[in-house]
Amino acid sequence: MTELALELIGVNKAYKHFQLRNLNLELPKGQIMGLIGANGAGKSTCMRILMGLVHQDSGVVRVMGHEMPSQQVQAKQEIGFLSEDMRLYGQSNLRWHMDFIASIFPSWDDLYAQNLCDIFDLNTDQAVKGFSHGQRVKAGLVLALARRPKLLILDEPTTGLDAVARYEVLTELMEVIRDEENTILFSSHNTYDVEKLSDTICFIDQGQLVASNDKERFLDQWRRIRIKLPQGTDLPDSIQVVNIKGSGQERSIITNSFSPDLVSNWTQAGLEVIEIEHLSLEEIFIAAVQKSRRLKEEVCV
Amino acid sequence: MNMNSGIVLSQTDGRPLYQQLIDRIKRKIALGDWSPGDLIPSIRALAIELGISVITVKRAYLELEHQNIIHTQQGIGSFVSQDPQLGSQLNRTELGDHIKKAVQLAETLGLDEDELIKLIKEHSHKWSKT
Repeated sequence: MTELALELIGVNKAYKHFQLRNLNLELPKGQIMGLIGANGAGKSTCMRILMGLVHQDSGVVRVMGHEMPSQQVQAKQEIGFLSEDMRLYGQSNLRWHMDFIASIFPSWDDLYAQNLCDIFDLNTDQAVKGFSHGQRVKAGLVLALARRPKLLILDEPTTGLDAVARYEVLTELMEVIRDEENTILFSSHNTYDVEKLSDTICFIDQGQLVASNDKERFLDQWRRIRIKLPQGTDLPDSIQVVNIKGSGQERSIITNSFSPDLVSNWTQAGLEVIEIEHLSLEEIFIAAVQKSRRLKEEVCV
Repeated sequence: MNMNSGIVLSQTDGRPLYQQLIDRIKRKIALGDWSPGDLIPSIRALAIELGISVITVKRAYLELEHQNIIHTQQGIGSFVSQDPQLGSQLNRTELGDHIKKAVQLAETLGLDEDELIKLIKEHSHKWSKT
């Protein structure tokens, strides 16, 4: 059995205006998982629970084999965490921060840290308060990566970065998994970054997991099928249909369970399949979220 | 050993990344950049070089193994298949695909066999003179 870097089983967390509901997630070691969700979907809450910064109301959370939050001290030795609300001390420079982290974590690799500063073009002598947003994010990454943690949990590591900085950051993230034992969980609302890097992808919306699958399967099973609907023929009424658009005889259907069988069933039912297209992860995400919200409304009515 | 593949993927190619990668690798073999028997980059190394998921490269390699273009020895690495004809075979397959498309287009345009052959000859420096 593959060892898991992290595991969430039936996790719930209620706030006044937001609820994380029955979250189940697992990530094997050596993989990259991308968490996609709109703002306020629950990505950050999920990551804070994994870090033991927020305690779940119920459910099991294991990180690198440690129960959270009870064993968070041990777990945190193995996790590098980056989030937007982590503050650096403005008066101090990056060198000071690096020495500080090095004094806490024996695994600190100073050579690697300096190398990353060179790649990210960061001046370690400059007071951090003079850093731009992008430089702050990159400084935070240096502090997280140079500890050489076995697990990286990164909340929106590319948000607000310019194209070049984003490329530099993503390249260094890929370098991390050269060691097959290393694992990365990152969140983003940039679906392109997630689509490119991730082995596994999870969609979160309104505090719930909407869909989760390995990336290749996601991109294989979600398709747009353009059909011709001869007059008098009924639309395929099946659970495989996520959304239908079009008028007249032409319809474009998004399915989440494409297979050659599906197409031959439709053909037998009198539909003419004109084209089968791949979808971008962004298109898949939007269709999945809209379907999930629609289902919720139907339940409420 | 420099295991940098030199492969470059396109961001505007509409096909899935794994299919693009399969084509790039076939092209490398057809050109002879990668010869029969050569050790090729590991799945993880190629994923890091290209900045794409391990799972995507794995899928491309599996597909190439099914087509007997590469083979993988557990714990050692992946190699281009030993068939010395592989390069020219891949070129022939590609030529076949292009001809198929040309024939389909010719049929749509209502051209007959002679007209198509005449058109092909016009595009060759060698044949057009005869």
